[in-house]
Amino acid sequence: MELNTQAAHQLSNLLKEGQINSQDIVDALYRRIKATESRVCAYVRLKDTSLPKLGYPQDGVLSGIPVAIKDNICTEGLVTQCCSRILEGFRPPYDATVIRKLKKEGAVILTPKTNMDEFAFGSSTENSFFGPTHNPWDLRCVPGGSSGGSAAAVAADEAILALGSDTGGSIRQPAAFCGVVGMKPTYGRVSRYGLIAFASSLDQIGPFAKDVEDAALLMNVISGYDSNDSTSVNVSVPDYSMSLTNDVKGIKIGIPKEYFIEGMDPEVKKIVQEAIDKLKQFGAEYREVSLPHTEYAVPVYYIIATAEASSNLARFDGVQYGLRTLANSPSGQLMEMYKKTRGDGFGAEAKRRIMLGTFVLSHGYYDAYYLRALKVRTLIKQDFDKVFADFDCIITPTTPTPAFKIGEKVKDPLKMYLSDVYTISANLAGIPAISIPCGFTKQGLPVGLQILAKPFAEEMLFRVAYTYEQNTNWHTAKPKV
Amino acid sequence: MAISQETLKHLAHLARIELKPEELDTLSGQLKDVLDFIDKLKQLDTSKTTPTSHILPMNNVLRKDSPDKSLDITATMGNAPQKDGDFFVVPKIIV
Repeated sequence: MELNTQAAHQLSNLLKEGQINSQDIVDALYRRIKATESRVCAYVRLKDTSLPKLGYPQDGVLSGIPVAIKDNICTEGLVTQCCSRILEGFRPPYDATVIRKLKKEGAVILTPKTNMDEFAFGSSTENSFFGPTHNPWDLRCVPGGSSGGSAAAVAADEAILALGSDTGGSIRQPAAFCGVVGMKPTYGRVSRYGLIAFASSLDQIGPFAKDVEDAALLMNVISGYDSNDSTSVNVSVPDYSMSLTNDVKGIKIGIPKEYFIEGMDPEVKKIVQEAIDKLKQFGAEYREVSLPHTEYAVPVYYIIATAEASSNLARFDGVQYGLRTLANSPSGQLMEMYKKTRGDGFGAEAKRRIMLGTFVLSHGYYDAYYLRALKVRTLIKQDFDKVFADFDCIITPTTPTPAFKIGEKVKDPLKMYLSDVYTISANLAGIPAISIPCGFTKQGLPVGLQILAKPFAEEMLFRVAYTYEQNTNWHTAKPKV
Repeated sequence: MAISQETLKHLAHLARIELKPEELDTLSGQLKDVLDFIDKLKQLDTSKTTPTSHILPMNNVLRKDSPDKSLDITATMGNAPQKDGDFFVVPKIIV
């Protein structure tokens, strides 16, 4: 069996027993990448990257295991450009905290980075400067976004583990579309230092994995307080692998009625209901609950996230890094340089979001839009607080439909935004959430099950996810790419 | 709600982005659609709700006011579009 098809925990055992070495795993991955990349396009700048460095600590929990990194996470000396023209050639002078932590545990940082929607603006990876990634389960379909490259790489066995970022569902939605495990930690659980910011009050880095055990392994490494991130929380990190127990007896699950609505794909509805019933067979109890402000989550998100994005992207001005377009006039004015650089460097979705964010923060509109959205964010959080007072977790579909075709939604921003409806609330409320595979449609497209829990209750997520996974086979299926 | 061309141009100026006329046209329609959709927030009574600007109950997180390592100058200046030694070169600011 090819090493690239294995999970990290399986490879760790083989490495410890001395049956293989790290070079063997990297070689297997690169063979697979060479054979598949022309069709999947999970990685960017492949031709420009040299082979990854080996020889990190041998006694770490991830020693010898390669990890693929999304293009918005800073890797010292390695080009990191958020798949945007405006950051072309940018070599960060420092490693993101999560990268430092991975290296400390002996992980091999893969040098080609994974494809993404530019600056994480998107739900399909169609907004990348490098072109779209294709879903390994159906190459005509999107892998989801914005971490589509990371999800597709893991699904296609072009990666063992991967990191992504999730601001409104950008890990969970591609995980669902690609049939892999993806998790968004509690806000503040994982350091954002070195994550090129989209929306500072919503962003989190999280793991992609082939199974729940690997996701727990990666979460153990990347989680934890970081003094470099003033929004990181000083709460101790439990050993998440202790939560991998095959037992959900007595677990109370809330099923929000607002998530099972018209417009949802009937196959997705059926498959998710079957998954919930399966958990009931293992002793969990479920009841219908209400998250009454669910329908306001998408509008709230597209005010808050774009407002924060317009602020965070102000730094891309041609002065210190990336693209600089000079003014036409001989005097070369500063204002023109800013405007031309940003006009040339940003893609259409980036411009759209910056304009929207600028609008909702502008004089005369701030109260009606931004301030109002912050208040509704409070209401959305309170919905979850009320449910978690009586329930251990909430279960929903991750997405209302399976992966859509490339080109289907990219010209209609609003249609694209609505596909985030189930994932967005978790970012607004700061709660952790995981997506695991729970079936396939008749067309052979994966369907994801989302589990949500209260802040810092990732252990509950792992417990429920692991139980479901160990009693089903979805995670062993592989796409024929 | 519709945004006038004048407002759009003003926003583009605030955002320091030069938009081509076709871009302004397309954006006008797309932003109108999104803002119409966002307007559903008006249905809610938020008069008694406090805003959440940050989801965590943390305030004024400060570090000790003591000097620490800084970024490596060579690596940092390596990204400069135009430089003169350790200085970034930019177009004249005060003309």
